[in-house]
Amino acid sequence: MSFTNNNIQYSPAEAGGGGKQEYTITVYTENHIGLLNRIAILFSRRKINVESLNTSPSEVEGIHRFTIVINEVEDVVRKLVRQIEKQVEVLKAYYNTTDEIVWQELALYKVPTDEIAEKVKVERLLREFGARAVVIRKDYTVFETTGHREETDKLVQVLEPYGLIEFVRSARVAIIKASSGFHEKLKEFERTAPGAEVKENEFLGKQDEVFTM
Amino acid sequence: MKDSATIAKSGKETKTPNTSSAVQGQTVRVSGSIAVLEAFIAEEVDTIFGYPGGAIMPIYDALYDYQHKLNHILVRHEQGAIHAAQGYARASGKVGVVFATSGPGATNLVTGLADAMIDSTPVVCITGQVFAHLLGTDAFQETDVINITTPVTKWNYQVTDATEIPEVLAKAFYIARSGRPGPVLIDITKNAQLQQFDFAGYKRCAYVRSYRPKPIVRQEYIAQAAAMINEAKRPFILFGQGVILGKAEKEFREFVEKSGIPAAATIMGLSALPSDHPLHVGMLGMHGNYGPNLLTNECDVLIAVGMRFDDRVTGRLDKYAKQAKVIHLDIDPAEIDKNVKTTVPVWGDCKETLPLLTSLIDQKVYPQWLQRFKDCMQEEEKACINAELNPTTEQMTMGEVIRELNDLTGGNAIIVTDVGQHQMVACRYAKFKQSKSNITSGGLGTMGFALPAAIGAKLGAPDRTVIAIIGDGGFQMTIQELGTIMQSEIDVKLLILNNQFLGMVRQWQQLFHDKRYSFVNITSPDFVQVAKGYGIAGKSIAAREELRSALSTMLQHKGAYLLEVMVGKENNVFPMVPQGCSVSEIRLR
Repeated sequence: MSFTNNNIQYSPAEAGGGGKQEYTITVYTENHIGLLNRIAILFSRRKINVESLNTSPSEVEGIHRFTIVINEVEDVVRKLVRQIEKQVEVLKAYYNTTDEIVWQELALYKVPTDEIAEKVKVERLLREFGARAVVIRKDYTVFETTGHREETDKLVQVLEPYGLIEFVRSARVAIIKASSGFHEKLKEFERTAPGAEVKENEFLGKQDEVFTM
Repeated sequence: MKDSATIAKSGKETKTPNTSSAVQGQTVRVSGSIAVLEAFIAEEVDTIFGYPGGAIMPIYDALYDYQHKLNHILVRHEQGAIHAAQGYARASGKVGVVFATSGPGATNLVTGLADAMIDSTPVVCITGQVFAHLLGTDAFQETDVINITTPVTKWNYQVTDATEIPEVLAKAFYIARSGRPGPVLIDITKNAQLQQFDFAGYKRCAYVRSYRPKPIVRQEYIAQAAAMINEAKRPFILFGQGVILGKAEKEFREFVEKSGIPAAATIMGLSALPSDHPLHVGMLGMHGNYGPNLLTNECDVLIAVGMRFDDRVTGRLDKYAKQAKVIHLDIDPAEIDKNVKTTVPVWGDCKETLPLLTSLIDQKVYPQWLQRFKDCMQEEEKACINAELNPTTEQMTMGEVIRELNDLTGGNAIIVTDVGQHQMVACRYAKFKQSKSNITSGGLGTMGFALPAAIGAKLGAPDRTVIAIIGDGGFQMTIQELGTIMQSEIDVKLLILNNQFLGMVRQWQQLFHDKRYSFVNITSPDFVQVAKGYGIAGKSIAAREELRSALSTMLQHKGAYLLEVMVGKENNVFPMVPQGCSVSEIRLR
């Protein structure tokens, strides 16, 4: 008697049916310490790379909003979003394809001031990209633009020959096109059951004052 | 405020404060540690499993004065504490409670947390933590317990200020027991345990705004499901632990009996419906019964109640019940469509949804369809069950031990199993008359689970006989808990089925790896002598003639007893759905 174990087949290309595409996940949560990790490990557990992650207080006090961008097939994203929503401190989670959202990323560029001052072409480029000067100093100037990834990337390439010193880009922020109503729900939610205050560790840095073993 | 006045005058805290005045709207000045114990009393905790250490000493100090109210079981290892708490929870339906210290004490809980998470067991663990000002300094016995345990807890929280304790513990118990239950860990820094604060009484929690323990029942889905069931020709019910966790055994039985549909259990669902119920057709899964596996791929409507389509149940998914419409009743919306696409999702607590469904379905019988299950059972009996239960071999089989045991207990005992061949045999053949009788590590497959879980089960159900069935391998993984049995005088029966191998791995090596027996040949100490060292009576037998009397001696013995039964070394568990195969490819031999 013997069993052959050749029934196990795996072809990653076929797994999951539809192809991978970019999804933007929006999560409304309590403002609690440790929740970032609790959400992040849902991705890492499945070995999904997070392309972009933004977390910030929402328009309603006490409620935070996460915007997470990943590349995956829809079936995986749907299950993942259910797992996110299952977390005790998560109020609501959505996922959207890129055409269902309006999104922006902010980018900052630091370039030598004399380069811009001297070269007319640079000035024209910055205008073309709609860049605004945030800080102008003798030695360097910081510009900002907002836009999609390709646009902000493009300006990096363009500025490179003119001595780009530093570049940074924010995570994606996105508005869901069909989200009317949730704002009201959130406010109602906070009004009827206000969130608990965050309790931080007030003892760090007070080693000398307080305790012994 | 008499109490606080006394405290102020004497300059020393009264150890067990009169917290009843706090209930009357006044506050009492207490330590964080006392607030923890008062929370336990308000939550009707009667038993704590734990192990002290530096960072949880203030709580243990407070516990000294609460011994008359709270029974603390000193285990021998924190893993033992949490498995015991799991056994307690599974046998009693209540929340299991654990104390452990920081660092290694807390990390030793991780296996049990993972086990409780995957098997939805309500457990609240309190871990001590270093002083808040030392967090992040690599202090003695500091580990980042919150982050280590995040993936294996339903919820966790670190307390650094005693004023948070009443509310956080109320939340912990509520989250652990409500909805789909699970483990919760609360990490309390030592300063918070020591801190005196104005305790305003304990209020149980019934609402957390971001947490929906159960989805709203959707009447249209109930109606759709009922219509589908009423039209079905060959419907089949799969039931899991959700029935037990939802305390819906009666509702489930009424549903089964009115519908007339054959029902099979997952390993976690066993005992939710009595084994001898005429519509109970056996167990699902890799080593489940022949009919339930085979006929999954022939039914036209599959009704899953409180189960999660684990891969050990479904086998190869792309060949699983493709012909059937699937109705899935589950309290956890994330389970719907997770593994098997559902035709009708019946979200909700099955204690609510089952009666609604029962009221809409027709009273029916399916004699021909049920006969198919019976025919399959006959085939299975011929091919493997008879040889297992009534063997002609010289050496004993695990199955015949279980058969004799059924005879002697009448199916009334709680059977706690470890992991491996003996687990599959016990779950296949043990008879269960009442719910919460089968306690095993289902999802995680934690060897070493049974011995501590049996201790907890006995404390959770003191009036019932608790029998731990354990292999020679798993027994040695948590063998130290014999010390707990000795010290706390726990009346558990330990039945070791010794095949002198890590049997399940050996079986796979035989079947799938050309009999290359790589490190499965395990030697064991003289278990009876070991037990004797712990003051536990015991016996080892190898001859069939002794089996019945030895089992009967074990059951009649007052107090703990260890019986080792030597069984055939290279017996295999059949039937079997080989990994990567469809359930219809189940093999009888």
